[in-house]
Amino acid sequence: MKTFKGGIHPNDNKYITKDLAIEKVQTVPEMVYPVSQHLGAPATPIVKVGDEIKMGQVIAEANGMISANVLSGVSGKVKAIEKRLDIGGNMSECIVIENDFLDNPIDNFGKKSNYLEFTNEEIINKIKEAGIVGLGGAGFPTHIKLSPKDPEKIDYILVNGAECEPYLTSDYRLMIEQSEKLLMGLKVVLKLFPNAKGRICIEKNKPYAIKKLNDLVKDEKNIDVFPMETKYPQGGERQLIFVATNRKINSSILPAMTGVIVDNVDTMISIYNAICENTPLIRRIMTISGDCFNKVGNYEVRLGMDYQSLIDQVGGFCKTAKKIVSGGPMMGICIYNLQVPVAKNSSAVVSFSKDDSEEKTTSCINCGRCVDVCPENLLPTLMEKASKILDYDKFNELYGMECIECGSCAYVCPAKRPLTQSFKIMKRKTGAYLKEKNKNTNGVKK
Amino acid sequence: MNQLLNVSTSPHIRKSINTSKIMLYVIIALLPTSIFGIMRYGIHSLYIILITIAFSVFFEWLFCIIMKKEQTINDFSAVVTGLILALNMPPNISLWVPIIGAFFAIVVIKELFGGIGQNFMNPALGARCFLLISFAGQMSNFNIDGISSATPLALERMGETTSITNLFMGFIPGTIGEVSKICLLIGAIFLLWKGIIKLRIPFFYILSFCIFIFLFGNQKFDINYIFRQVLSGGLIFGAFFMATDYATSPITPIGQIIYALLLGFLTAIFRTFSQSTEGVSYAIILGNVLYPLIESISYPKAFGREAKK
Repeated sequence: MKTFKGGIHPNDNKYITKDLAIEKVQTVPEMVYPVSQHLGAPATPIVKVGDEIKMGQVIAEANGMISANVLSGVSGKVKAIEKRLDIGGNMSECIVIENDFLDNPIDNFGKKSNYLEFTNEEIINKIKEAGIVGLGGAGFPTHIKLSPKDPEKIDYILVNGAECEPYLTSDYRLMIEQSEKLLMGLKVVLKLFPNAKGRICIEKNKPYAIKKLNDLVKDEKNIDVFPMETKYPQGGERQLIFVATNRKINSSILPAMTGVIVDNVDTMISIYNAICENTPLIRRIMTISGDCFNKVGNYEVRLGMDYQSLIDQVGGFCKTAKKIVSGGPMMGICIYNLQVPVAKNSSAVVSFSKDDSEEKTTSCINCGRCVDVCPENLLPTLMEKASKILDYDKFNELYGMECIECGSCAYVCPAKRPLTQSFKIMKRKTGAYLKEKNKNTNGVKK
Repeated sequence: MNQLLNVSTSPHIRKSINTSKIMLYVIIALLPTSIFGIMRYGIHSLYIILITIAFSVFFEWLFCIIMKKEQTINDFSAVVTGLILALNMPPNISLWVPIIGAFFAIVVIKELFGGIGQNFMNPALGARCFLLISFAGQMSNFNIDGISSATPLALERMGETTSITNLFMGFIPGTIGEVSKICLLIGAIFLLWKGIIKLRIPFFYILSFCIFIFLFGNQKFDINYIFRQVLSGGLIFGAFFMATDYATSPITPIGQIIYALLLGFLTAIFRTFSQSTEGVSYAIILGNVLYPLIESISYPKAFGREAKK
């Protein structure tokens, strides 16, 4: 089976939640909506304090080239528009809505329709209206991703069902419980691209999902299910594209430039919901897992509720957590305050009673394990040395800017060195340095 | 939730391997050949092994104290250095020789250049070469039970051959740890199984050695001659346990192949044309000092960047 170079096999701990069906979680009295839950410019609030809001109503509008709408997940009244702590640890502008628990929806909410009735433009507009962004984690606005320069040149629509992060099972549950919706979502996207072929990419450790979807796509001419080797970071965009289409992209190439568009499972289902059921993106499917929670599982969570209430509703803590991560343990971010809202880019909550990153860092022994596992074929140990002395040119020469921050090198390092961690900072610094340098050299030429 | 939560950037999980564990696995892998050496050459070999390890650890401990460095003896790397150095000693050597060797290995080669991971050549091999030059008589005296005997490589030069079975099992004169190829291979398989070493360096080292010893040697294709050469001296020991030393071998895959091919070439040259019959130690330390150059010419291209830049 074709695969990418490197990668790791961490203990995936998916058994904890993989057989637990998705349950709904109740909303809370105060729902908080950051205007920036996506990649790109923050949305502009279009409501005032005191306004009556319906469920599914746009409360902040996309602003600029790359941006996305923010919608209310409940009905009620706008209580405040103020700075609140968001999951990234920043104070960012949020719209606070007082929930009236009536779930009074916007007009035509949930109205079934056939996607073939819509023109391509209407579909894109509906997706934009529904505030859909990439739900794999990065949060890139989907309507922009689906509007490349040449729709005819796109020949592959890949559905990313790899879910290679340990602990996470929400995409797996969706693939099993809502496989028809997933397929319909993919068909909607395929309608936009006349020459494209749909491919649902799933890691082999989800045989049930593969079987179920295979049965469904039996009679579809241009959709197939593509099983992939179980390996982290199989769901990384570049790795996925390489395995599924044998094309290689790097940091300067967008997938669409090689004719590929990749969307996550939940994104596809959200597209289906927006187009065929007139239901915008107001919920997230989240995995709650780890050794500190009383009741783990997969939950349908309305966007805007805070993590504290979410955890309380599912039974609270059974032991003291040392670390709580939003997202998977390989790439997720730490939460230090649970009073932050669930946003479009929240995919899971994982708790740890033991923190591996507390282990003591020792000297590099030059063992080369990081080199073996790097899926981008980089030399992490040398990149770290360049990072330590802030040698931007060397870092760039070592292709440091190609790092996808997957964390494989830091995971295997026997000296417990903070490799990925230093690259994250170094990449940003090098980016700024190179920009400055280019500006200067261009100035000289003039 | 009253306590503070830890905050760090991802990844939040780590593999359970660490430096001490790696070193411990190497020690375990060297146990069969150590035990064989002790059984064959007697209790004096055990003294050599224990003294060398003890002094290696002691020198590292002392150096850290004097230099006010953080104590590093608990990563067991000094034990590994001591053990490999001891296994490179003739079985009847006076005990003060390995003590000097331990000092040279730990203080001069390892600690003065920055400690673990920074040594510019394999400490044990560097010390062995230092001792070979300084105490040639002691270091090349392979008396067993008072009968002086020549090593298979010396015999080969005189036109006498040793049986392959004896070479393989280890019933030949030589240093404590290098004689029993079967015990060494058991240890090597253990390391390969545990993922501590990769086959790349040993394989290309031995392959290139076979090719060059054939070209430089008697030139008549004699499979037994090549087999005898591979199984004699320290080649198996060196290829699996010393050429694969992390700190002194390239980390790039292509670099590792170039490095291994170079080692095979140098070993064949030294064995064929030099005064001394043993070439593995010199070949490896020469390769060690060349490794940064080899590494710097073999940087791989990043994924998706193969075409240009």
